Amino acid sequence: MTTPEILLRGSGLTRRWGGVLAVDNVSISLRRGAVHAVIGTNGAGKSTLINLLSGEIEPSAGRVELNGVDVTRWRQPRRARAGLGRSYQRTTLFPGLTVLENCRLAAQALQPRPWLWWQDARRCEESLQAARYALLRSGLDGQDQQIAGELSHGQQRQLEIALCLATRPDVLLLDEPLAGMGAEETRRMLDLLNELKADHAILLVEHDMDAVFRIADEITVMVNGTVIASDTPQAIRSHAAVREAYLGED
Amino acid sequence: MRATSVPQTVFTVVVFVALAGYAFVGGSFGLDLITKIMIYAIFALSLELIAGGVGLVSFGHAAYFGIGAYAAVLLTPKDGAASLVLLLPAAVCAAALYALAVGALSLRTRGVYFIMVTLAFAQMAYYVAHDTPLGGGTDGIYLTQKPAIGEALNLNQPVMIYGFTLVVLAAVFLFLALLNRSRFGHALAGIRVNEQRMRAMSYSTFGYKLAAFTLSGAIAGFAGFLFAVKDGFVNPELMSWHLSGAVLVMVILGGLGHLRGALIGAFAFVLLQEFFKSEAIFGALAKHWHLGLGLAIIVSVTLLPNGLVGLPAEIKRHLAGTPRDNT
Repeated sequence: MTTPEILLRGSGLTRRWGGVLAVDNVSISLRRGAVHAVIGTNGAGKSTLINLLSGEIEPSAGRVELNGVDVTRWRQPRRARAGLGRSYQRTTLFPGLTVLENCRLAAQALQPRPWLWWQDARRCEESLQAARYALLRSGLDGQDQQIAGELSHGQQRQLEIALCLATRPDVLLLDEPLAGMGAEETRRMLDLLNELKADHAILLVEHDMDAVFRIADEITVMVNGTVIASDTPQAIRSHAAVREAYLGED
Repeated sequence: MRATSVPQTVFTVVVFVALAGYAFVGGSFGLDLITKIMIYAIFALSLELIAGGVGLVSFGHAAYFGIGAYAAVLLTPKDGAASLVLLLPAAVCAAALYALAVGALSLRTRGVYFIMVTLAFAQMAYYVAHDTPLGGGTDGIYLTQKPAIGEALNLNQPVMIYGFTLVVLAAVFLFLALLNRSRFGHALAGIRVNEQRMRAMSYSTFGYKLAAFTLSGAIAGFAGFLFAVKDGFVNPELMSWHLSGAVLVMVILGGLGHLRGALIGAFAFVLLQEFFKSEAIFGALAKHWHLGLGLAIIVSVTLLPNGLVGLPAEIKRHLAGTPRDNT
C-alpha cells in the first residue's frame, strides 16, 4: 500500500497578535483522499490556522509547503493559482449574480486575460465549462440560473464549495461549511465532501462533532492556539487530554 | 456586471446623435457650453470607472485632470503649434504616470483613508502648480498655439473642438462599456462586491485596482487636455479639491455605477450651475448660486437615491404605489 500523497504541509506555524499567541507552533499535513478535521473551542486558533495556510495572513514563524514547494512567502492569490482553494465561515458569495455567474467569475481566474477588453466575459467557453463542472460536482447544476442571494442557506454553502472547485484546486480548506445547516442539508454536504475527498486533500474546521467524527480520517484538536492531540477519530475519542480539555470530561 | 437594456442603449444613441446634430445648429455660446459639459462627462466617466466600477472613491481626481491640462500647455513649444499626435499622448501619459504613482501608494489604504490619501496627493499637485514658476502660480498659463494635425484638424475653431470632444466622449463611453462586460470589468465588479473572496479565487486584486486607477487617471488627463485646448488657459484651480468634489457630485447625481449616470450627471451639474448663475432669472441672488445648486443636489439625491438614471424606475414605482427597495 502506498502512502497517500501529502499536498499541503504546515510546519511550526506560529502567529502572534501583539502579545497574544493565536497559533503556537502548529504542524499539520493534508493528504489527497483524506479529510483532516480541526476542532477546538471558539478562539482556539482554527480560523487563524486556515488563514495562515491559505496565505491570507503571514506567519510569525513556520513554513507552508504546497505540493512540495515552499509557499510561505507567497500571497494568497498565488497560492490559490497553485491549487489551494478555501471557503469562509461566513458566506461570501456574489449575491446579485446567478449561481452560474458566480462560478464563471471564479473559473475566469484561471483564464484572466484582462487585456482582452473587447471580449464579452460571459462568452468565455473555457470559463463556462469549468463553472458548469463545478456546479455539477457540487450538486447545484439544476440551480444555475437562480440568483445566488435567493438560494437557501444550505445551497449557499454548497455554492461556496462550488466557487472553490471552479478554480480546480488540489487542496480545500473549509471553514465551518456546516454552520447553520439543518439535518438534511448536513447530510447532503457530508455526501459532497465524501465525493470530493477522492481527488482532493481537505481541511475541515467544524463545530458539529457528529459530522466531524463521521467524515474525518484524522482529527487535530486545538486549545488556546496549540495542538493538544492529532490522531484518528477513534484515538481522539479516547484521548485523555482531549476529553478533559474539549469534550468536558474528567 | 449590469446588462444594458435596449431602452438604455437607445437613450445613449439618441443623446450622441443629438449632440452630433447640435454641431450644425448651435451658436458659439452653446457650442462652448456643450463642449465644456462633454469634457466634464469624460472626466466623470473616468471617475465612474473606479468609483462605480471598483468602489474606490477618489477625492483627488482633479489632479489627473489638471496634469493633463498643464502638460498640454507646458509641452507646447513657444514658437508654434504642437502636433496633436505627440502632445495628446504625452499629456495622457503624464496624468497616467501620476495616477500610477498615487495608486501604488494609496491603494494600500481603504475607505476614508483612501479618500484622504488621494486628496492629499491632489493637493500636492495643486501646490506645485500654485506655488512654483513651473505652473505659473495663481495667474496660470496661456496656451497660445493650439495643437493641430496639419491642415486636417485645427482645434482653433469652436466647431472643430466640439466635434473632436464629441468623438472622444463617444470613444471613451464605448471603450468603458466594452471594458465593463470584459473579464477585466467583471473582475473589477467582483472586487467591488467581495475583494476577500476574489483574492481567495486567485485574483491579484491590487494589480486590478492599480490598472483601473491608472486607466482612470489617463482618461481624466485626456479630459484635462481637452479643457486646456478649449479654453487656451490653465490655472491651479483645475487641480483643486473643489473640482474633485464637483466631479464626484456629477457621478452621484447621475447615478453611481452607470456610465450613463456620468454622462447625465455632467449635463445636469453644469446646466444647474448655469441656471442658478443666471442673473436674468435670479437677479442679484445669482451671485449666491452655490446655495441654489447645493439645495438642488440635496433634493435630487434625496428623491432619487439611485441618481437621475433611476428616474424612470422611480416614476414607475410611484405610479404602481410600491414601496422603495432600500436594500
